[in-house]
Amino acid sequence: MKLSQLRPGQTGIIKEFTDLEMSVKLMEMGCLPGEPIVVERLAPLGDPMAITVSGYQLSLRMQEASTIILQR
Amino acid sequence: MNGDLKVALVGNPNTGKSTVFNALTGLNQKVGNFPGITVDKKTGGCKLPDGRHATIIDLPGTYSLYPKSKDEIIVFEVLADRSSPEHPDLVVIVSDASNLKRNLLLYTQVADMKIPVIIALNMMDLARKSGIEIDVEKLSGKLGVQIVPISARQGENISRLKEAISYASVIPLQNDTIEVEALAPGLIDKIKNELQVDKPYTALQLAHQHENLHFLTPQQSDRIEEIEQEFSFHSQKAQASETIARYNYINELLSDTVSSKQVREEETVSNKIDKIITHKIWGFSIFFVLLFLIFQSIFAWSEYPMSLIEGVFVWLTETAHNVLPAGVLTDLLTDGILAGLSGVLVFIPQIAILFAFISILEDTGYMARITFMMDKIMSRVGLSGKSVVPMIGGLACAVPSIMSTRNIENWKDRMITIMVTPLVSCSARLPIYTVLISLVVPDKKIAGFLNLQGLALMGMYVISIVAAVLVAWVMKYILRAREKGYFIMELPVYRLPRWDNVLLTMYEKVKTFVVEAGKVIIAISVILWVLATYGPPGKHAEIEKKYESPAYTAKFNPEEIELHRSSEMLETSYAGIIGRAIEPVIKPLGYDWKIGIALITSFAAREVFVGTMATIYSVSDDEAHISSVTDKMREARNPETGLPVFTLASSFSLMIFYAFAMQCMSTLAVVYRETKSWKWPMIQFVYMTALAYIASLIVYVILK
Repeated sequence: MKLSQLRPGQTGIIKEFTDLEMSVKLMEMGCLPGEPIVVERLAPLGDPMAITVSGYQLSLRMQEASTIILQR
Repeated sequence: MNGDLKVALVGNPNTGKSTVFNALTGLNQKVGNFPGITVDKKTGGCKLPDGRHATIIDLPGTYSLYPKSKDEIIVFEVLADRSSPEHPDLVVIVSDASNLKRNLLLYTQVADMKIPVIIALNMMDLARKSGIEIDVEKLSGKLGVQIVPISARQGENISRLKEAISYASVIPLQNDTIEVEALAPGLIDKIKNELQVDKPYTALQLAHQHENLHFLTPQQSDRIEEIEQEFSFHSQKAQASETIARYNYINELLSDTVSSKQVREEETVSNKIDKIITHKIWGFSIFFVLLFLIFQSIFAWSEYPMSLIEGVFVWLTETAHNVLPAGVLTDLLTDGILAGLSGVLVFIPQIAILFAFISILEDTGYMARITFMMDKIMSRVGLSGKSVVPMIGGLACAVPSIMSTRNIENWKDRMITIMVTPLVSCSARLPIYTVLISLVVPDKKIAGFLNLQGLALMGMYVISIVAAVLVAWVMKYILRAREKGYFIMELPVYRLPRWDNVLLTMYEKVKTFVVEAGKVIIAISVILWVLATYGPPGKHAEIEKKYESPAYTAKFNPEEIELHRSSEMLETSYAGIIGRAIEPVIKPLGYDWKIGIALITSFAAREVFVGTMATIYSVSDDEAHISSVTDKMREARNPETGLPVFTLASSFSLMIFYAFAMQCMSTLAVVYRETKSWKWPMIQFVYMTALAYIASLIVYVILK
């Protein structure tokens, strides 16, 4: 399951990434494997999304969220 | 500002780093440039408790030493390049106590570069409120580093931070964080030996970043590339394993030093606010009301101070004329330098007001939400969510708006925003639109309430915004991205704005504009004055003689003679000659050479159009200024055909020309200042003028 498939209010735990370059940036921002994620809301036009991770809020585009694979 | 000690502030964005900087330096700061790049270098002085003087350098906020944008490269460069004049003796890491985990990543990277370092643990008040408890002493012991808990907003413990800076060790005492050599065995040693780098982590960073570092010679960079090949070094894989290793270290570090209650109260309050502020309907409504307010204030509040500034300059010019002996030097002073200076200073109110709002929007965290809401629409046309505010600000004035694009991190997004913002119809075009519309559009109402003239005016604004969006969309495909665009962005919790910070931002932006853009504006203003005043030798003397002859002095009163004389002087000046020279080019647009003169002088600023028209058609400067210009323009006839010069077709063609053409030296000067190169203002000038020409031609041909 990808992060981009979660709806607001749903949670998941990061398993791995599909894009190495993106993963480096995401990990620096605290999106690490094993870290729980809460999807807080989507922007009014459906993209980007706002998530809570490592104790703060992060906004990322759907296309970026689709590179994060969650644990089942 | 030569201090005894150089201190660099390093930290994540949104950690209050600039508040710490302001608290340490007060008003004793200046903005300069890092050589060769478009990053502002903020430095300031700070008197330490032991009597020494520290120079504080505020480095761009970053989450990691691996840069996401060009601006962030400077952080590693300053820290790694020992020969750099900015290289610090001490680094103060400003960390957000309420989000220590992510903040410590940057600390561990800087610590491994083995520069003396201390941690300023900011936002302690917030952390306490959210139930986060930090055992500062124990954490400090584990890191081997001094930690000073502060609340920069409240000014809490700033003096303790100053003490810590003055008593900081001159040698790095911090403990090692991760096993750096294990990340790239062999490679690190080889780079260390060949490039005489003594710190393993710096060597590793060189391997990652060598292509972008200014302080390496091409030979050094090539050599690093060869070493990488030899050890089959994969930069991104190495970065990924480094980041994981660092977070493992940090988790271990925080396991027995930081404890928190489950829910952060701050976050939930922010969440509640966000439910409304980023709501489908409320979110956009609030945003548009806010934009409307900002736009109105820039117009309304700046009107009085602007006319005051203009008034002062009118008075100065008059006084200079009265006091100083008449002559070329006096004219140069009044019509060249003073006119240019007033063209600079008159923008101060608008710049100050726009930046007050922008700094409040940034400080409160609302700017991040605007970006969040608008990103989808704006990214379609090659802009980013952050382009919205500059473009709307462009309705008032492009100059402060272009300065405000600084907070767009992505280079390509920022350049496109800078390139299209001047297309948005600014307040300086308003007088031109009103004059020309009143000339050719009947003052009638349609459907009972819609005024035709008002409709035409609105149409001009709509056209300008549509043009800006279209050009942005085209540029999206032309401009090559320098870096991959990321949108991963922190949504900071809502805070109250810091008023002293707002004032400081206003002061700083105004100062930058006056000093940097002012030089260029005054220079061009003087050139234009020369063009409009001087003509080929002989010609002007002839005219002088003609009007002194009894044929004129007997028939007309001195004022009339003066008007006709100055009008004819302008015609025969270099500006007039250029006007005649470009007539064949502008004829297809429906303009004559007199309009040509106005086009040339309008390059100084569009407002000059009405003044130039007034001079050319020699209208006196009475109260009914505009209406008399309008009358004269209405009566203007083409000497060959006898038809009116200002027809519906030529007037609309002219309005479209003014809407699209780059006729504002202040904007060009500020684009130069923001891009640090003449390439961009030149491209902008050429494309806008070409666009204006083609669009006006089409309008003229259709309406004729």
